[in-house]
Amino acid sequence: MYRYDQYDYQIVRERVAQFSDQVRRRLSGELKEEEFMPLRLQNGLYMQIHGYMLRIAVPYGLISSEQVRMFAHIARQYDRGYGHFTTRQNIQFNWLKLQDVPSILADLASVEMHAIQTSGNCVRNITSDEFAGVAQDEVVDTRPYAEILRQWSTFHPEFAYLPRKFKIAISGAKEDRAAIYAHDIGLSVIKNAQGEIGFRVLVGGGLGRTPIIGVEINDFIPWQHILTYVESILRVYNQYGRRDNKYKARIKILVKALGIDEFKRQVEEDWEHLKDGSGTLTTEEVERVCSFFIDPAYETLPNDDSKLNEFKADSRSFSNWMLRNVLPHRQPGYAIVVLSMKKVGNVPGDATAEQMEVMAELADRYSFGELRITHKQNVVLADVRKKDLISLWQEATAHKLTEPNFGLLTDIISCPGAEFCTLANARSIPLAKMIAERFENIDFQHDIGDISLNISGCMNACGQHHIGNIGITGVEKKDHEEWYQVSIGGSEGNESSLGKIIGPSFSFNQVPEVIDRLLQVYLRNRIETERFIDTVRRIGLAPFKDYVYATELTEEEAVDDKYAVVPAQYDIPYYSPRF
Amino acid sequence: MKIIKNKAIVEDNWIILRLGEQQSPESVLIPDGKIIVPLQVWLQQREALLKRSELGVWLASDERAELLKDDVDKFSVIAVDFPKFSDGRSYSIAHNLRVRLGYTGELRAIGDVLRDQLFYMQRVGFDAFEPRPDRKIEDAIKGLSDFSEFYQKSVDQKLPLFRRVQRSRNLSL
Ligand code: HEM
Ligand code: SF4
Repeated sequence: MYRYDQYDYQIVRERVAQFSDQVRRRLSGELKEEEFMPLRLQNGLYMQIHGYMLRIAVPYGLISSEQVRMFAHIARQYDRGYGHFTTRQNIQFNWLKLQDVPSILADLASVEMHAIQTSGNCVRNITSDEFAGVAQDEVVDTRPYAEILRQWSTFHPEFAYLPRKFKIAISGAKEDRAAIYAHDIGLSVIKNAQGEIGFRVLVGGGLGRTPIIGVEINDFIPWQHILTYVESILRVYNQYGRRDNKYKARIKILVKALGIDEFKRQVEEDWEHLKDGSGTLTTEEVERVCSFFIDPAYETLPNDDSKLNEFKADSRSFSNWMLRNVLPHRQPGYAIVVLSMKKVGNVPGDATAEQMEVMAELADRYSFGELRITHKQNVVLADVRKKDLISLWQEATAHKLTEPNFGLLTDIISCPGAEFCTLANARSIPLAKMIAERFENIDFQHDIGDISLNISGCMNACGQHHIGNIGITGVEKKDHEEWYQVSIGGSEGNESSLGKIIGPSFSFNQVPEVIDRLLQVYLRNRIETERFIDTVRRIGLAPFKDYVYATELTEEEAVDDKYAVVPAQYDIPYYSPRF
Repeated sequence: MKIIKNKAIVEDNWIILRLGEQQSPESVLIPDGKIIVPLQVWLQQREALLKRSELGVWLASDERAELLKDDVDKFSVIAVDFPKFSDGRSYSIAHNLRVRLGYTGELRAIGDVLRDQLFYMQRVGFDAFEPRPDRKIEDAIKGLSDFSEFYQKSVDQKLPLFRRVQRSRNLSL
């Protein structure tokens, strides 16, 4: 993976000094909260209900065992013993004290990490395919380009105060695994007929209140020009994106208002002035960055391992895990392993300090010391020898990391919701737990097969409910009770689509039954191995809707208390304007 | 009044003309002396203003640098306003004045100008700053030296890091 050189170190160290001073000025009252807010937000520091949450960048999801150990250290030393992996391949700590943040940043810098631009109205962490470099369907490895874009966007002076946040995702495989259609800029690295590398550029995707699927602005920008092309997109957006209404400030609204043709004209008019200028990428730089992403020292191994088959026959749990969480690798004799952060009963995406240390240890022993965070909040060991799978599984199972549910119903994506977020209308995490418990039966889940379920506690869509096959959103009604809207038909990937709401919203306790009914309609109508999403596309919304609303919904029995938001124990931060 | 100019705190006697509610760009009377007029006043009173020996103009964040296309050499100073420090349009205006219009004179940041944005402002071509008057200018100037290195090209440094220095390749190879 990429390693810092003296320049990267210097920039990050100077950043730690700068932010530490900003914190000092805030604590001394020299900076008002109103002035401090945009500064802390450029550094991933949010104020949640209970205190400060720090989001740490995991550039394009790639991380070393040493870095994961540092997360474990932070979790223990400064937090409550756990961290939360996010849908943009980052990690968050929820219970920090402002005065500790400078030390945390210094700790992070010592392992080549930071929290730069993980929030705020700037270019955020660049996300990418979690299987980059190892996927069988890969056309071009995205990691070098993601790193080049990371450096380019870090402290870009012109684009630090954009109208709104700006997210870039990049994919280089036949199948898009980076949700590039749901990003402000989506990049697909491709090769043209001559075998030259370039980018198909999408723009104006995004979820939130006004979900929009990105549209193509250019079908082939040669790799040399990608930085200047992105710069021009940002310059047009920075000048003309709306700043009067934050709900209309994302680039998607500008693209929609101008139309893609006019937007493209403006971008390319600006680009005319930059194209071939000093911002053009050089072969030397690309080669330099590529040198960090060469294959690890793979052994020559047979692709089949008879022991695996024997063990699979012996152990249902193992064979289930092999079926879902172990994926084919480019290299014979190797496999990609997905460690599930979605153990039923746990908070989706949470990992304890101990689990982090175990994962780091497994990575060291079985996967060249590297891990990846997925945009579905799981963790990947990308280079595991097939002959190590049994021992890896045994060790990981002891730490609850082998729920065989990757891509299944209980692989739920959920936002933090009412427990942490002031904007929440809903208890996302308790709902995720309740649903997972209801459909825990793994045979049933395997029978349902590929499906995605996404929960957001409000229309801001942090749980990306619009692109879930089943999406659940917390909505508020006049009576101030929480209600849940259910949509179906959303998906990410090559055939991205936005879900459609099936009808009036439901109470918390009705939701599992609603999902059950949706699944029944699917099971009755599916043709052979058709996936849930394909059935929805084929038969449409109506049969689902009719059946869900046909008879009165039973509420889950009075389990209300079990899923109530537990009042948190915390010290009120005196510097918080919220109290 | 004190401002920051070319990385030093200096005395300055330019006056920024901001129009009151009742004033219009065509008719406002412009006092003698070193005045920085709003762009609209320049556009409306161009002929008269051209006779002055020294003139400055300022742009609001929703105005376009391109409106000064053939005129940039007529001003001793061009200022760009930050109505709020979080309004990032003025960074692109500065960039366009320097890069697209080739302006080389004094480029001054005015309005909600605070220490923590100074570094970025300097990078996109500002070389003069009027920090918000309720802040100590001696503190504000420290913002210019927050970083000593950066990755991307901009106005102050025309080459990206990868074209300027020899960076290390993967050392384990
Ligand atoms: C609890 C603190 C949080 C707050 C206050 C918050 C707030 C918001 C808001 C207001 C938006 C909408 C922005 C817009 O549409 O322009 C948003 C979007 C988003 N958030 Fe959060 N968020 C929080 C936590 C999280 C977490 C923990 C995750 C990841 C697990 C996350 C992932 C996202 C994503 C992916 C989007 C983008 C949706 C899009 O493309 O528009 N957020 N967030
Ligand atoms: S979706 Fe809403 S409730 Fe959930 S984290 Fe985002 S802002 Fe908060």
